[in-house]
Amino acid sequence: MKELKVTAIENGSVIDHIPTDNTFNVIGILKLDRHDDTILIATNLPSKKLGKKGIVKVSGRQLTKDEANKIALVAPDATINIIKDFEIVEKLKASLPKQLVNVSKCFNPNCITNRDSVVPKLCVESARPLRLRCEYCERSMTQKDIQLV
Amino acid sequence: MKGFKGRDIISISDFSKQEILHVLDTAKNFENYRNPSLLKDKMLATLFFEPSTRTRMSFEAAMHFLGGRVIGFSDARLTSISKGESLWDSIRIVEGYSDVIVMRHPFEGSARLAAEAANIPIINGGDGANQHPTQTFLDLFTIYKSKGTIDKLKVGFLGDLKYGRTVHSLARALSLFGAEMYFISPAELRMPSDDIEHLKKEGIVFHEVEDLIGTCPKLDVLYTTRIQKERFPDAADYEKVKGVYRVDNSMLKHVKPELKILHPLPRVDELSPEIDNSPHAVYFEQAANGVPVRAALLALVLGVAE
Repeated sequence: MKELKVTAIENGSVIDHIPTDNTFNVIGILKLDRHDDTILIATNLPSKKLGKKGIVKVSGRQLTKDEANKIALVAPDATINIIKDFEIVEKLKASLPKQLVNVSKCFNPNCITNRDSVVPKLCVESARPLRLRCEYCERSMTQKDIQLV
Repeated sequence: MKGFKGRDIISISDFSKQEILHVLDTAKNFENYRNPSLLKDKMLATLFFEPSTRTRMSFEAAMHFLGGRVIGFSDARLTSISKGESLWDSIRIVEGYSDVIVMRHPFEGSARLAAEAANIPIINGGDGANQHPTQTFLDLFTIYKSKGTIDKLKVGFLGDLKYGRTVHSLARALSLFGAEMYFISPAELRMPSDDIEHLKKEGIVFHEVEDLIGTCPKLDVLYTTRIQKERFPDAADYEKVKGVYRVDNSMLKHVKPELKILHPLPRVDELSPEIDNSPHAVYFEQAANGVPVRAALLALVLGVAE
């Protein structure tokens, strides 16, 4: 029998294939630090595709397609399984939307979004390699410039 | 082509080639044009959170020549902003007093935010180091007038290509017109990688060089810029590059007879006054072109020109 390194959940979401270094960024994007049900987090798990990967299991919350898409910012290969009564009822694939609203700050310190109370909006110019453009100051950002809101 | 009535003028990247040409053609009709009834009863608000002379005065002149009125400020310390009012709120207040707003602001992206806040047209008079689209329109207009075309020219950009927003915007606009570009600067002041990537993506032929004398014989247009001391984080870096280029009579010996030299002004020592009366120099005409170009933009966004 296959050994489960993290316990199965009854109802909720399982986010798999997260690059291990970005596991906690997924927690940040989904604001799971404010979630009051069980969250199981595993990092440095062996992965053929990623080398090392992270998994996040969230009890009591079914992620939406929009939330799955936001995860693609830090985990472009992530898969999200929606669980009901220990069974997978839906599979979502993370896919970056055209626009990211209030997900990452603009990296330009002189951008109005970092100076006034403004919700940052980033346009996705390219998913791989990741290239985002601030809709206000027009600066382009890459993966290393991301600062989650 | 999108209509211009009610439109914001935020970034040159928002305009197609056809739309740019339409603005230039409209500007031609506004040269030496005085019509005190065209914008009668229209109010322009000029919000200059940063100092400006040419941009503010040429907008005001354009508005007055067309019979409109102007309110505004050029020192934000005397306004409610100094009390902590947000830009969004300031714009919502001022739109109640005016038909169109011209704004210069120190933070990048502020013009786009103002356009979101307002229901009247916002014209960006410069947002930090980002965009200054009306300057780009008047630069293009000057090239158009002095060369008779803006298609497929060999254009040199000289000086501060790293911090100079007029260079970045003009290069983007000229990429729509098949220009071959020569970026002449010290290594420390090269074009930002964003702009270089954009040119590569568009398939534009360009060259990054340091040698002005070797490059100038190839050019149809030379766009000269001041090396801006105020943009350097470290004064020692400025000292290394200041005065590195000088456009003067000795340089003009190497250029094509029909070369035109532009400069957004003010100049320091990169452009010798000895060439001011040469047929190559068009920078004072360029400054004067601010009036017909801005008059055209005001008339277009206010819906009195089509």
